[in-house]
Amino acid sequence: MKPFSFSKPGSLAKLMQARKDAAQFLAGGTNLVDLMKKNIAAPGALIDISTALSDKVELTGGKLRIGAMVRNSAIATNAQVISKAPLVAKAVLAGASPQIRNMASTGGNLLQRTRCPYFYDVSTPCNKRQPGTGCSALHGENRMSAIVGYNDQCVAVHPSDLCVALAALDATVNVTNAQQKQIVIPFKDFHKLPDNSPDRDNQLPANAIITSIDIPDNPFAQHHAYVKIRDRDSYAFALISVAAALHIQGGRIADVRLASGGVAHKPGAGTKQSSS
Amino acid sequence: MNGKQSYSRRFFLKTSGALAALAAIPASVKSLYTEVRNFIVSPRQTIPLSVTINKKALKLTVDTRTTLLDLLRENLQLTGTKKGCDHGQCGACTVHLNGERVLSCLTLAATLPGKEVTTIEGLANGDQLHPMQQAFIECDGFQCGYCTPGQIMSAVACVNEGHTGSVAEIKEFMSGNLCRCGAYNGIVASIQKVAG
Ligand SMILES: Cc1cc2nc3c(=O)[nH]c(=O)nc-3n(C[C@H](O)[C@H](O)[C@H](O)COP(=O)(O)OP(=O)(O)OC[C@H]3O[C@@H](n4cnc5c(N)ncnc54)[C@H](O)[C@@H]3O)c2cc1C
Ligand code: FES
Ligand code: FES
Repeated sequence: MKPFSFSKPGSLAKLMQARKDAAQFLAGGTNLVDLMKKNIAAPGALIDISTALSDKVELTGGKLRIGAMVRNSAIATNAQVISKAPLVAKAVLAGASPQIRNMASTGGNLLQRTRCPYFYDVSTPCNKRQPGTGCSALHGENRMSAIVGYNDQCVAVHPSDLCVALAALDATVNVTNAQQKQIVIPFKDFHKLPDNSPDRDNQLPANAIITSIDIPDNPFAQHHAYVKIRDRDSYAFALISVAAALHIQGGRIADVRLASGGVAHKPGAGTKQSSS
Repeated sequence: MNGKQSYSRRFFLKTSGALAALAAIPASVKSLYTEVRNFIVSPRQTIPLSVTINKKALKLTVDTRTTLLDLLRENLQLTGTKKGCDHGQCGACTVHLNGERVLSCLTLAATLPGKEVTTIEGLANGDQLHPMQQAFIECDGFQCGYCTPGQIMSAVACVNEGHTGSVAEIKEFMSGNLCRCGAYNGIVASIQKVAG
């Protein structure tokens, strides 16, 4: 691992001042520390964001706001999440292990990198890790690779479970950019397809920070399911997953949401919404 | 004789000049070497660390790259916590941070100030084993024992979290701890025994 300096600023303003190009934010570390051990990420400075950002779930004007530092396990056990967006709690519990969920943050879950084996194997070409070197997975070990929205530059998938539920429920991502302005990115536009820039997973502006996620008031709390198909029953990434939510009124389906996971560069690709 | 003498004098002056020059070189070469080296390989960075481990308050200085797992095993000789994969995939390194189970291999020591760490060494009360340690012995919760410290730390948390309603629930909430010997049935039995 490359040596780095370490700081833990106490406020958002100080976090943003410390964020230089060579620096990287550290939340739970479950993805970043792993990537640093493999020299896939080699920041010169780590900025621990765990005390400066919110770790609270709040209900504001009908919206459920989940702070960027709310741990995955805390999402799953939060009473407001369970009553307003139980699909999100179910999706979180389908991911990783209790230990990892205790560490992993909401913001970090959105920004975790792909689990494509070639991205992790620094001895092989990978356009996501080293732009322009080629995609080893295209004709290699790709049974867990993308089945929609890929191109010959990259067939990696986004591995998150939480994100699939957030895509189904029309969440929005609250971001503070490098100029310290607040911007809101709709969840469906947050992640991107590989296009000509497979090294970029999402549309988060350079050096910006996620501060929270909003889930709008929704009629899907009653009828929903998160189904995850994987190689073993637990503690494995999805071969495919689906977040499904129905709004049933008077015995009829008034509204449907379907979002898929583990099948594209972007969680929730091909999200279906239909209102009658 | 004279010529020889003058030659010797000149020789002396020349060699001492060359020696002086040689003596001067190492310092500049050394600093150049350090500069180039620091450019190619950045120097290690350390950070002071106050942390409580197994109820003992410690003041340490650590390399920023040190994980909690390496701090325990390499610096503090607390080798009960095991390194299986070092990448968050096996659970052998499970410890408690402020009472919650986490993976020490993905926790940087630098993030620990103000937190309390409990490892397998901190579970027993003197010579009296923790009920979960006792249950693992009584229910054959291990074979080779390598995954066991992580299993026990995770099992204690599983009971504290209240995820012991059924065998299926225990299995789901213990899925982050792999056992290559396959002692899973004994592990589930140990947890059921402690959960009562
Ligand atoms: C063995 C294993 C199995 C797993 N299985 C699953 C699974 O089944 N399903 C699943 O969904 N996930 C799974 N995960 C992934 C895990 O959920 C993610 O690693 C975790 O959510 C990342 O969160 P973190 O807080 O630890 O992020 P970190 O590792 O701290 O950060 C990840 C990235 O996000 C950036 N970042 C973090 N927070 C912010 C912020 N607020 N603003 C801007 N940038 C930020 C960091 O700079 C870094 O680049 C697994 C992980 C492991 C190790
Ligand atoms: S050593 Fe930490 S999870 Fe395997
Ligand atoms: S007892 Fe041998 S690995 Fe679990």
